[in-house]
Amino acid sequence: MATEMERGTKTQEDQWMVQSQVFQIYDLFRRIPPNSQFAILELQRDKHIEYLTKGLKQLSRSFTVLDANRPWLCYWILHSIALLRDSVDDKLENDCIDFLSRCQDSKGGYGGGPDQMPHLATTYAAVNSLITLGGHRSLSSINRRKLYEFFMRMKDRSGGFRMHEGGEVDVRACYTAISTASVLNILDDELIQNVGDYILSCQTYEGGIAGEPGSEAHGGYTFCGLAAMILINEVNRLDLPALTNWVVFRQGVECGFQGRTNKLVDGCYSFWQGGVAALIQRLHLTVNEQMGQSNILECECSTDSDYDSTNSVISEGEQCYEGTPSHVNETCQLQEEGQPNTSHPADGNNVGYNFIKGHVYMRPLFDNIALQHYILLCSQEEGGFRDKPGKTRDYYHTCYCLSGLSVCQYSCTKDVESPPLPGDVLGPYSNLVERVHPLYNVVLDRYYEAHEFFTRS
Amino acid sequence: MEVGLLGGGGDGLFHIIYFRLRGGGGGNNLEKVIYAKKLEKIILDEPTSGLDSTTAFRLVETLAVEKGKTVPSSQIVMDREAPDQRPPIPISKRTEWADVTPIPQDDGPNPVVAIAYTDEFRETMDYFRAVYLADERSPRALQLTTEAIHLNAGNYTVWQFRRLILDTLCVDLHEELDFVGLLARDNTKNYQIWHHRRWVAEKLGTNATSNELQFTEEIFSEDAKNYHAWSHRQWVLQALGGWEDELAYCDKLLQEDIFNNSAWNQRYFVVTKSPVLGGLEAMRDSEVAYAVKAILAKPENESPWRYLRGLYKDEVQSLVKDPRVASVCLDVLMNKRDYVHALNMVLDLLINGYQPSKTLENSIDALCLDSVLSDSGLAERVCSVLQVVDPIRANYWKWRKSGVTVEGPNGKELAG
Repeated sequence: MATEMERGTKTQEDQWMVQSQVFQIYDLFRRIPPNSQFAILELQRDKHIEYLTKGLKQLSRSFTVLDANRPWLCYWILHSIALLRDSVDDKLENDCIDFLSRCQDSKGGYGGGPDQMPHLATTYAAVNSLITLGGHRSLSSINRRKLYEFFMRMKDRSGGFRMHEGGEVDVRACYTAISTASVLNILDDELIQNVGDYILSCQTYEGGIAGEPGSEAHGGYTFCGLAAMILINEVNRLDLPALTNWVVFRQGVECGFQGRTNKLVDGCYSFWQGGVAALIQRLHLTVNEQMGQSNILECECSTDSDYDSTNSVISEGEQCYEGTPSHVNETCQLQEEGQPNTSHPADGNNVGYNFIKGHVYMRPLFDNIALQHYILLCSQEEGGFRDKPGKTRDYYHTCYCLSGLSVCQYSCTKDVESPPLPGDVLGPYSNLVERVHPLYNVVLDRYYEAHEFFTRS
Repeated sequence: MEVGLLGGGGDGLFHIIYFRLRGGGGGNNLEKVIYAKKLEKIILDEPTSGLDSTTAFRLVETLAVEKGKTVPSSQIVMDREAPDQRPPIPISKRTEWADVTPIPQDDGPNPVVAIAYTDEFRETMDYFRAVYLADERSPRALQLTTEAIHLNAGNYTVWQFRRLILDTLCVDLHEELDFVGLLARDNTKNYQIWHHRRWVAEKLGTNATSNELQFTEEIFSEDAKNYHAWSHRQWVLQALGGWEDELAYCDKLLQEDIFNNSAWNQRYFVVTKSPVLGGLEAMRDSEVAYAVKAILAKPENESPWRYLRGLYKDEVQSLVKDPRVASVCLDVLMNKRDYVHALNMVLDLLINGYQPSKTLENSIDALCLDSVLSDSGLAERVCSVLQVVDPIRANYWKWRKSGVTVEGPNGKELAG
């Protein structure tokens, strides 16, 4: 609490207000006995499922403002349910597939509702929803050929993408297009062209990435920009050390993440910013190279040996895992050339797949336990999640708080096969949610199914 | 008797939505009808012409309305009709729409995420679908998009179609700017509204410049960090100009709130892009001084630290060589409080070859709370301190520490 007698600036006053509310919650929490603490930390699975399922079927009049975003509602809800290791019944599943099909435009892409113009964001949401539902009927309902044509029409001269015909160009549009194209196995050189230039121009002096060139570094756009760059295989063009330094400073005393410097904490940034930190963990080699640091691990590019965990280089604690897994070959290529890998055509569609195949050599750069505290104690409600204490729950925050929770819980595993240790999961181990693919933000198992489906066809 | 406040936002009884000029009388008697969102209509009778839209708006916005009350300080007589509790006439009952068959939404027999629309909403959108699918670009269609937008300002399809109509009908876009302006006040975080505004301003060209800059300033007076407004302002400057007072404007905002990172970001934008300043190189010296001053005032403020670092983007050796940078770090460290950002900067300097003075070294060692390895380099000691005093980033500082123990790019041992 502020001890100064003078008034602060608006930023300070707003911050102190939120801080005091959050600290009140933490103080209360600290004072209760461990058993009660455990109970409070519990993920209210049933209540969340109830809130989510209800919304999937019917929404009140106040949702009219989201009438052009209904695929988003589908995604926020379906993804949340999947994270909670639950599913919807067959009928509801079929209804979702039907509905999303009605949002699909005959010329490609999905709009915010039936008879609405196709839009990149609602396309992303619709496709991710269908992937989350899974199954042949769901996945085959996507007209990929037309979708590709839609994406090409949305390409802008600047290198970015336009959200819809006559719509705005920004980093979000780049991500939604690239992510969807990648996961559907229709990402090619033509789509990728100049995108890297555009996103690069959006990295600001602070280190984070903005929505448009010149704007302020922002968590949502930083996730979008970083993920897109990874997917187009140009991530090494970004100043990763600067990006890393910026993102780690976005986690504050409240334990959650803020979207921009000197702004307020918000539960949804648990994913946008936490997700950035998680992506960076897997870019260990590239980041180190940019910092001029020789890599802690020996990079034995010629071998294809299995993962060997017996050697640990760092004596002070074990924040790095050494090994020479096969994926290092790919990243070595990146390092040696120091530029976008032009020696072979961008195998865009396997970048996403290969990204998670490797081993993680870094401990999380953020405080994943502290973040879980914020999510479970400050954002969680009886059914749903919210931005911060004092705000109302909504499906968007439910989705991204749960996604952020997933990122936290899985942040210490060495690879995608390893389950988290109990120490990495705050509260009862039953709090464990499903793992997500950190680039697309769909449940990993659903991603695998989709990847197989779209590689085959 | 009902009393209410006119004007946008909040829980006022009325919202001014748009002006519609209703002909009438001689040039003196312009009647402006303000369609109020909450079922009531107010008629402003101007006995003398000459009040432009903007002024009239402002006047009306600040008036409290009582039935039949005359407001003596202005020449506006306000006469409020008896409250009309009925909603606007349903479109199906309006004669001008008799020839159109509304198209219901194709939600299917078992919709999901089904929204409980009002009848008014459903009907409006059914008629919209009809004109949209028929591509009817008429005045009545334009009016329909207005109504649809009021019901849901996020419907980008409606906005896009509206643009097509505006183009086709060659509508005077100044009125459109008023329309968007009102909406933006209530929906400051709506992408579509801001995008539309940009589109209109682009068409109006440089005539719109000062109005656009003014508009964003009004938004900033309520929310000095509105992301869309800042993007819009930057677009205006680059597309239409008006750079002359921008640096001063940033300064004004920073005087009000030195923690406003959006204002710092804007300052960087101006310093690097403004055609009336000399560019980053020319401005760097004075800007470093500006940042240093802000840092010394509030060392815990992250913004000026990042700004300072940003002034030397891609020129890290110049950063290292500028004595003011190390100096401000030292000043902050000597105070022994709020020094996390100072240490972050010192670390940056050290790994880029900065040779620390003994004073700097001592000031850091004075902070070492635990027994620190005396033979490890200064950069490592900085990381160690940070692990303790900035615990939320302990993992990050640990990782940074592991990185400083090896040789740097020059082949020299770092952090000596």
